[in-house]
Amino acid sequence: MKPAAFIRHVPKTLDEALKVLSDVAPDDGRVLAGGQSLVPIMAFRLAKPAHLVDINEVEGLQHIACDGKTLSIGARVRHAAFHKPVVDGPLGALLSYVARHIAHYPIRMRGTFCGSLAHADPSSEWCLVSATLGATMVVKSTRGERRIAAADFFEGIMSTALAEDELLAEVRLPLLAADTKFGFYEFSRRAGDFAMASSLVTYRLAGGKIADARVGVGGAEPSPRRIAEAEAALNGNAPGEDHFRAAAAAAADAVEPLEDHQTTGEYRRDLVRAVVHRALEHSI
Amino acid sequence: MSTHETKGSGLKWVGRAIRRLEDPALVTGQGRFTADLPATHWVRFVRSPVAAGTIKSVSFPDGARVITAADLTGVKKITPMLHKFSYRPVGQSILADGQVRYVGEPVAIAVASSEEDAEDLADLVEADIDETPPLVDARAALADGAPQIHAEAPGNVILEGKVQTPGFDSVWDRAAKIVAIEARSHRQNATPMEARAGHASYDPSTGRITLTCTTQMPHLMRTAIADLLGMRESDLRVIAPDVGGGFGQKMSLCAEYVALVWLARKLKSSVAWTEDRRENLIASFHSRDQYISLEGAFDQDSKLLALRADVVSNVGAYSCFPTTSGVEPLMAMAEMPGPYDVQQYQCLARGVLTNTCTMAAYRGVSRPVITFTLERLMDKAATAFGIDPIDIRRRNLIGTFPYTSAMGLVYDEATYKETLEMAVAAIDVPAFRARQQAARARGQYLGIGFATFSERTGYGSPAFAARGMAITPGWETVHLTVDPSGFVEARIGSSPHGQGLRTTLAQIIADEIGVAPDIIKVIHGDTDTAPYGWGTFASRSLVISGGATLLAARKVRAKLLKIASHMLEAAPEDIVLENGSAKVAGTDRTVTIAAMAREAYTQTHRFKGEIEPGLTESGTYDPPGTFSNACHVAIVAVDIETGFVRIERFLVAEDAGRIINPMIADGQVHGGVAQGIGNALLEEIVYDESGGILTANLADYMPPTAHEMPPIELHHLETPSTQSITKAKGLGEGGSIGAPAAVVNAINDALAPFNVQIDEIPATPQRIRAALRDATNSARSRESGNLGATL
Repeated sequence: MKPAAFIRHVPKTLDEALKVLSDVAPDDGRVLAGGQSLVPIMAFRLAKPAHLVDINEVEGLQHIACDGKTLSIGARVRHAAFHKPVVDGPLGALLSYVARHIAHYPIRMRGTFCGSLAHADPSSEWCLVSATLGATMVVKSTRGERRIAAADFFEGIMSTALAEDELLAEVRLPLLAADTKFGFYEFSRRAGDFAMASSLVTYRLAGGKIADARVGVGGAEPSPRRIAEAEAALNGNAPGEDHFRAAAAAAADAVEPLEDHQTTGEYRRDLVRAVVHRALEHSI
Repeated sequence: MSTHETKGSGLKWVGRAIRRLEDPALVTGQGRFTADLPATHWVRFVRSPVAAGTIKSVSFPDGARVITAADLTGVKKITPMLHKFSYRPVGQSILADGQVRYVGEPVAIAVASSEEDAEDLADLVEADIDETPPLVDARAALADGAPQIHAEAPGNVILEGKVQTPGFDSVWDRAAKIVAIEARSHRQNATPMEARAGHASYDPSTGRITLTCTTQMPHLMRTAIADLLGMRESDLRVIAPDVGGGFGQKMSLCAEYVALVWLARKLKSSVAWTEDRRENLIASFHSRDQYISLEGAFDQDSKLLALRADVVSNVGAYSCFPTTSGVEPLMAMAEMPGPYDVQQYQCLARGVLTNTCTMAAYRGVSRPVITFTLERLMDKAATAFGIDPIDIRRRNLIGTFPYTSAMGLVYDEATYKETLEMAVAAIDVPAFRARQQAARARGQYLGIGFATFSERTGYGSPAFAARGMAITPGWETVHLTVDPSGFVEARIGSSPHGQGLRTTLAQIIADEIGVAPDIIKVIHGDTDTAPYGWGTFASRSLVISGGATLLAARKVRAKLLKIASHMLEAAPEDIVLENGSAKVAGTDRTVTIAAMAREAYTQTHRFKGEIEPGLTESGTYDPPGTFSNACHVAIVAVDIETGFVRIERFLVAEDAGRIINPMIADGQVHGGVAQGIGNALLEEIVYDESGGILTANLADYMPPTAHEMPPIELHHLETPSTQSITKAKGLGEGGSIGAPAAVVNAINDALAPFNVQIDEIPATPQRIRAALRDATNSARSRESGNLGATL
């Protein structure tokens, strides 16, 4: 085995899981869900957790539930659960469309929605969805439960508001109105790679004009977020090439782009412009 | 899709796409690889985290079994040698001894009773190294005052090839046009699916060591390791079991295998190592890191008169054994003129040492880079003359044979022009140009790119001797036996690892002695059971081992006819061998090969001394080399907003002489094209300024996946080789040679409206966008400049 030695705990109930997590968290304990990010990092020994709290056998975290206003997604729900729409209407269709862009099929069979959020990779599709649609994180620990808005949850590259003893037990997404339009586009060099930039847009039409525009951008900054400047370029205007171009340009200007050894900030802005424009084109 | 124009071999098995005899085991999980072997001890190599420096100390927990250079007393350094080109021999210690010269260089060996424990122990080994500034880039290493990586190689130049044809200056001076290109090829890793692995075991009854390792040349590993450790070669057995791809990366000697043999002798036990992907990307061999400046002198009719080249090849920190660091720069120098008729040539080719992983062969060696450079130059020349890229090739491709190149290489008959025309006809270029125009009007950018090239294959010892190699590979031997049960085995010195040689050699034997291929076993990859040979690399095995096989099979055939003549009481010339029997032509008198074989071993008293007992013959073959050729065509769509390149269509028109098995031939081209596309668009080992590797996993180092691969259309011509007794030419490398040039020419054609030049591989979306942005900015500044003037 490539990782450093660790102790694996396999709790059966949520209370037990939170208790174990609370016990081992100070001693570098981590939650293991689908393991599609954590395990490779451990194999490289970039992470060497002393304890893994494996939640794959915890009862009560497998649910996808809808109360008419909100979709609740439990911590054990895999990406593949969204291949087919999990709820009628645009939200189910949106999640289904986005899910197909997540990595590769074997990864989607194992990785979890909540795990993606807790890992908080800037390129994560589910983080983009959560930031754009205004998800609420339901976070539990032996100290109790708290709820964190997506805008407060993501704190940077692989960094969140979760305390070390807290489990992201559930994510709640607001249902989208039946007439909501959406579009999604991501850019990567190979199919299934981490997106170098991605965008999710939603809006409604009121009298032929865009209303309630949400323009989310992922992969370009340390955390995905809504871009108010792009939304302003859309609201009140008819959907179409000119306003889509203007919104894309506004988003490209607004981001503070991540740079790496191959990707300049300038290029990342090019990609943001392209992905926002294409997400908007896709919305029609 | 594949079309074949076979000129008709008249043979029963050669030329047929029979299924590969090696596949049933491989596709049912019954393959046996090095890492499948159990071992008593496992090792993990502790590698230098810094690119350059002096080791002050190596510390590890008390009682742990950790080996450092100080333990390896008496072990010689790996010191490959060339006797030409001002080559400066530099030595590599099995473990870094005093100096470290690249990130990933083995510094110590952690030994434990399991792979996990070895990994944990390696984590606890601390190398205290005084860092010095590293040299990562070859041009920086050539600069005045650059640090010396090896004292033996002043100026960091390990070798320097220079050539100038006598008439060069006068032709250069009267050229109508000089066209120039500055080409850059970034660094790659061959990325075999199976990374390196070795297993050395000790036999207490004989004291012998058996090294099982994933190598392309087991016999030379035996010779080299025995030399370094001062062993008798007979005390070392090297086995290459199933090998999961090599592509050249597994033809060089690695220090790790030497260390495993040393350890097995010391521990009198078994010891194993399995490389992980990160290690492979950082510390196995790299390739293709070159700068080439190339100029072409043309007359007014766009006929190429002369080429002038300056090749700077980054060879990394040490020289690879057996080819030496000359493998890339010297091949670039020898084969730069490619498929074109150009008799005047000047070249300076240097191998430059840097603080990076050692360079070694990778499928195609320098030819993907020189073909890319030359084919970009021809496209630029076409633009300069205002003619079509196809026409400039028509005017310059070699058309009469044998052709002697400016470097003195003799090209046998090939079809440079014919494969180009075949590709042009298949593509329907006018229809494409119309579609390209229409797409541009919609803001979509399509491009077409051609690459024509020659692929020197199957070359024997004279070709290697011309490089001045201290180790001169070339020939192959085959021992062919019909056993007393009538089954056939061929023991070969080549070491196939995916090329399907067990099948193709069986097809050659089957035709010669009149049996079915499935009763023939090809035995290879074990120095105890196979004759000495050079292994499998350089598109050589089907030509050379195939030739040796044919020679041995002809002898077996002759002997079978003698035995049949004796048993059937008929003249040998009246006997035919077919369907597993000898038959007197025109009669029903037959005897099976099994009966003849039994006779040859157990009834030899009946031969009365006229026929030697047994049924084993040998063949050895050492050919001059034969040139395959091909034309690759790519049609691409470039997304100008993101720089993304999608390959719409990829076509190969190829001539590799007689095709023994068309399915295997197609597979070789497909795999090569995939690696060529990776080379063109995706794959790049990136070092940071401190000499660390930023692309040490397969998310950052990007081989193409099935999704990135277009369908490949294959068209074959078959020009039987006069330089190969099977009439076959090699074709293992062509796919990777032509693809980068075709793809990048297509990108440049797509971007022609923007006046952009992409002369760098991989042509990443980042580079394409940067070029487009620069072009737009300079156009804007020209406009604003004009505006300024009017104001």
